[in-house]
Amino acid sequence: MISIRNVSKWYGSFRVLTGCSTEVRKGEVVVVCGPSGSGKSTLIKCVNALEPFQEGEILVDGVSVGDTKTDLPKLRARVGMVFQHFELFPHMTVAQNLTLAQVKVLGRSPQAALEKGVKLLERVGLLAHRDKYPGQLSGGQQQRVAIARALSMDPIAMLFDEPTSALDPEMINEVLDVMVELAEEGMTMMVVTHEMGFARKVADRVIFMDGGTIVEDAHKDAFFAAPQSDRARLFLSKILHH
Amino acid sequence: MSYSFDWSSIPGALPYLWHGARITLEITALAILVGIVWGTVLAVMRLSGHALLAAFAALYVNLFRSVPLLMVILWFFLIVPAALRALFGEGMPDIRLTSAFVAFSLFEAAYYAEIMRAGIQSVPKGQLSSALALGLTRGQAMRLVVLPQAFRNMTPLLLTQAIILFQDTSLVYVIGLADFFGAAYKVGDRDGRIVELLMFAGAAYFVVCFAASLAVRRLHSRVASP
Ligand SMILES: Nc1ncnc2c1ncn2[C@@H]1O[C@H](COP(=O)(O)OP(=O)(O)O)[C@@H](O)[C@H]1O
Ligand SMILES: [Mg+2]
Repeated sequence: MISIRNVSKWYGSFRVLTGCSTEVRKGEVVVVCGPSGSGKSTLIKCVNALEPFQEGEILVDGVSVGDTKTDLPKLRARVGMVFQHFELFPHMTVAQNLTLAQVKVLGRSPQAALEKGVKLLERVGLLAHRDKYPGQLSGGQQQRVAIARALSMDPIAMLFDEPTSALDPEMINEVLDVMVELAEEGMTMMVVTHEMGFARKVADRVIFMDGGTIVEDAHKDAFFAAPQSDRARLFLSKILHH
Repeated sequence: MSYSFDWSSIPGALPYLWHGARITLEITALAILVGIVWGTVLAVMRLSGHALLAAFAALYVNLFRSVPLLMVILWFFLIVPAALRALFGEGMPDIRLTSAFVAFSLFEAAYYAEIMRAGIQSVPKGQLSSALALGLTRGQAMRLVVLPQAFRNMTPLLLTQAIILFQDTSLVYVIGLADFFGAAYKVGDRDGRIVELLMFAGAAYFVVCFAASLAVRRLHSRVASP
């Protein structure tokens, strides 16, 4: 579903990504972890072309992301993305957040879009908040709305960039629960997170990044049992014991 | 020797003064409308990352901000009639109002462009990213997500600029246009009561601007606190 082949990226003369390659198959959940600044966000943003890259190739469902002829809005509409800081539109109600792109991008009727939005809000347990503004919701609630918003586009895959890092500890689980459910339903997911409990529970593979390279790309069990590299071992022991 | 005030020429002149006030309000309203729209376009051009568009917008803004408004008004008074004459031939209606509309609109746009540029930059970058990630085009993301927030953040500044503009309209006296200030001056000149008329006009400007700035301040505290 998502093929990342030998991707390199520079910010000016600073090399952020170096020859990254991996594959996320249909229905697979891949967790990406690694120290801050290792290029996780950059890599995941290359997948839906929010960041351009200079070398290599990324295919999403067979469509080349880097190809200048690719219709990027169309490609992005098929890939859901959830951000660390939610990025709900603060000037719109929850319901409007959920329907905007359905109407403007997919051309659905406002009624059909709202019906879909209501269904998804119900699913994330926030139907009662449909007419509120994002600023009136807690962080955990906002992130669940953001997930519902991404799902409203019927994506073929979902990207998550540290979806729980900006949350108070007591709100992390309500978001993770939604993600676990999504994973169990067979959604293809690429998840940047340090929530190793989540990784153990639903990930198929774990990718460890450091300094812009993919240092380790292993089956979950292999990764947690015995990371191959010292850096991954060190990282794991740090985040598991803090 | 003390000056004895005589306000008697004001009541009879009220219809004429009101006509002047309407010109003031028309110029203000049109310049706000066109200035904000064109200014927003300029701000978007400047931040577009497109070298040519950005350079044009920067040149436009800096040019208009470096010349006195008075000169711009005179300039357009001399240029717009010539342009219209070329279009419509001789026998056009009063050209002064049109040239004032054009001058104020284009001039104000430069100031509104800077306000909107700051407004766009005040919207977190993640908003654009998340709009694009949903499949919106760059134009849609700007129009539906970024600009509404930029407007909301900048409303106090946009209104403050509108108050300045309202006061600046009095400069149209240089092209002999009887706006509110011009009308008051003419009446005072005619009746030898310039002091009274200018005090009356000054009081009117003060009341309008003071009320507007009070409103802005209240709005500002609403915007500042969520
Ligand atoms: N817009 C940018 N310009 C220059 N450098 C950047 C930019 N964005 C990120 N970087 C740098 O790229 C590296 C990787 O960043 P990022 O992908 O955000 O890391 P992570 O998500 O793993 O914390 C960091 O060193 C960061 O400072
Ligand atoms: Mg990051």
